[in-house]
Amino acid sequence: MSEQKTVRFVITRQNAADSTPYEEEFELPYRPNMNVISALMEIRRNPVNRKGEKTTPINWDMNCLEEVCGACSMNINGKPRQSCTALVDQLEQPIRLAPMNTFPVVRDLQVDRSRMFDSLKRVKAWVPIDGTYDLGPGPRMPERKRQWAYELSKCMTCGVCLEACPNVNSKSNFIGPQPLSQVRLFNAHPTGAMNRDERLETIMGDGGLANCGNSQNCVQSCPKGIPLTTSIAALNREATFQSFRNFFGSDHAVD
Amino acid sequence: MADNREFFYRRLHSLLGVIPVGLFMTQHLVVNHFATKGEEAFNQAAGFMGSLPFVLVLETLIIFLPLLFHAIYGLYIAFTAKNNPGRFGYFRNWMFVLQRWSGVITLIFIAWHVWETRVQAALGAEVNFQMMENILDNPFMLVFYIAGVLAAIFHFANGLWSFCVSWGIAVSPRSQRIVTYATLIVFFALSYVGLSAILAFV
Repeated sequence: MSEQKTVRFVITRQNAADSTPYEEEFELPYRPNMNVISALMEIRRNPVNRKGEKTTPINWDMNCLEEVCGACSMNINGKPRQSCTALVDQLEQPIRLAPMNTFPVVRDLQVDRSRMFDSLKRVKAWVPIDGTYDLGPGPRMPERKRQWAYELSKCMTCGVCLEACPNVNSKSNFIGPQPLSQVRLFNAHPTGAMNRDERLETIMGDGGLANCGNSQNCVQSCPKGIPLTTSIAALNREATFQSFRNFFGSDHAVD
Repeated sequence: MADNREFFYRRLHSLLGVIPVGLFMTQHLVVNHFATKGEEAFNQAAGFMGSLPFVLVLETLIIFLPLLFHAIYGLYIAFTAKNNPGRFGYFRNWMFVLQRWSGVITLIFIAWHVWETRVQAALGAEVNFQMMENILDNPFMLVFYIAGVLAAIFHFANGLWSFCVSWGIAVSPRSQRIVTYATLIVFFALSYVGLSAILAFV
């Protein structure tokens, strides 16, 4: 009988947020249709490294397992992507896994993505409808606009665009492409547009829109195919007009 | 820096790179091109530019101050990026990196070039065909000048592209692609003007 096929992994690990990262190699028996998560689960079941030493199971984040939650994002062979849809058959071996260290590493492959959720709060990425009385139905959205906006709404806050962006790093305060595109989404909504200027003002603040250097890595990397750079360029145009309105004064604050 | 000044500084940086610095560079390269028509033509053109009325005011407002701001803020921008073309070798990412490298090369070149010509002129030297001929007689300086001029032209042409995106002139992917081709033409056209002028002194 031929020797059993195996899969090799080189995983960048880290025991705690402030400890030094190190690499550990694993070799597992190959199974058809394996993805990176099923391999990590296999290591968790039997945490033995390539040298045959017993080790600790690997920490990573996951939730939906179908590329809609964004939790399992990590660098796989150097590129940030979701580990649930990273099929072993399509990856060059050894498969190198590393945390997206644009974010604070919690442990091993698990990172803290809360800066993105904070950004969403900062830019008010929602449609404000709460009040003391029923406001009634909002304005209708044209169907074709809804279809277009749906593409922007696919963002799952996975963090791949921030990891790919050269201007998102510890030396800069840039919020990154993810919240910017959400500003475009909520400014496109007929009710959301009623607070259009507030969102624009926020992203015209420090660390905002103007920090984009147009490397366009984000749009190349986005697993959901969101036109991030088109959103950014469109917001640049909006911000240009908004800055004129701010400087010269305008009676078109929101329309 | 005061709060919420970044947007203004970034936009100012983008604007000054084109108007007036980019326009001045284009004008400078075109005037240099008189060198291909011989020593006398160049000296006449350079003499005309140097003897414009209010030349110090013009130089300060159109060249020195905008250039200084663009250079210093540009260095800050360049050194806050974490370049990653090795991991993400896409065309635009390479342009992003080259924009920063060419900016730094251009700054070094211009600092030297201003020292060698404008500062020497202020100290009493005459800027003419002879002066450039002497400078470019040295093969190292010739290479340095060619590299500096090409870096400056690249930085300007690619900067025109980012200007169009940063101000929201080119929004859709197709419009951005068309601007890429347009700025490529600008790069080759100005490179022809600039290089033929340099080689005229050799």
